[in-house]
Amino acid sequence: MSSKNEQDWPLWEIFIQSKRGLDHKHVGSLHAADAQMAVENARDVYTRRNEGNSIWAVRATDIHASRPEDQGAFFDPADDKVYRHPTFYPMPEGVKYI
Amino acid sequence: MTVQEALFRYALRLGDNSLVLGHRNSEWCGHGPVLEEDIAQANIALDLIGQARNYLTYAGEVEDKGRSEDALAYLRGEREYLNVHLVELPKGDYARTIVRSFLFDAFHLPLQQALATGKDERLKGIAEKAVKEVTYHLRHSSEWLVRFGDGTDESHRRAQEALDDLWRYTGELFTPDEAEEVLAQAGIAPKLDTIRMEWSATVDRVLKEATLTRPADGWMASGGKKGVHTEHLGPMLAEMQTLQRSYPGVEW
Repeated sequence: MSSKNEQDWPLWEIFIQSKRGLDHKHVGSLHAADAQMAVENARDVYTRRNEGNSIWAVRATDIHASRPEDQGAFFDPADDKVYRHPTFYPMPEGVKYI
Repeated sequence: MTVQEALFRYALRLGDNSLVLGHRNSEWCGHGPVLEEDIAQANIALDLIGQARNYLTYAGEVEDKGRSEDALAYLRGEREYLNVHLVELPKGDYARTIVRSFLFDAFHLPLQQALATGKDERLKGIAEKAVKEVTYHLRHSSEWLVRFGDGTDESHRRAQEALDDLWRYTGELFTPDEAEEVLAQAGIAPKLDTIRMEWSATVDRVLKEATLTRPADGWMASGGKKGVHTEHLGPMLAEMQTLQRSYPGVEW
């Protein structure tokens, strides 16, 4: 668990699907030498308590994120456009799961 | 030896193999080479200890003298343990731990697969669950063996040394004692020479990929199956049993 290991083994982000049909959700990260080891380490680190039935491992360096300083330009304009939300019509009775 | 007596010894042996190896693997907990591998090894140890619980509970029922899994695990002495020598040896460095696990897993998987089709319903039930666990154990130890063998000069050297050193403990896995012969006759336990063929094929396949050399068969250690152990089991049991020995009957 030395810093050398961290240099040698890249970081992987792990996504677990808890049930068939649901999305894979990000659960955390781990170190592994290659993709196969990443999936197996994820099995041991993140699915010990029945958390899931499918694992995705993605090299952390392959994830491209928006930057905090872009927050305003990216997300604020959505704030005042309530008409984009489908809330302006009456909901028929008996419709579920909306 | 009656089938009943043989079954008691055999269930004990299966339980002891898993319990002792599980304890040895658990010694890595908190000391693993990397965090992820530390957790993996602890998982495997827990699988093995879970199997041991099933086998020892069954052994106690077959014996019918009121001994529980805990009584059998914590209150038997070294000479009453019937595990093979391979599982009781010290964990050594990580290459040695992996080589030992691999040599055992490659035997354990076909054994459990055979038990899952045997004539004893309880052993069958335990084995059906264990097969899934042991499949993963073999996969884990095989992959690490390939990484070590086909890795750096240093990792290759350590893996080959461990292999040369541990090879003499593999013969005992396939040498049946009276209990195993009685149960093979009764269709409850598999014949060990058929297990050996599968083991040998797995060993050849993985060693080849790992660029390691299969040692020649020479003198083979034995005695574990009748309770004659290496110098290493006693101290291990002393540590494992100290709580029950110091405070008899204590519970969590």
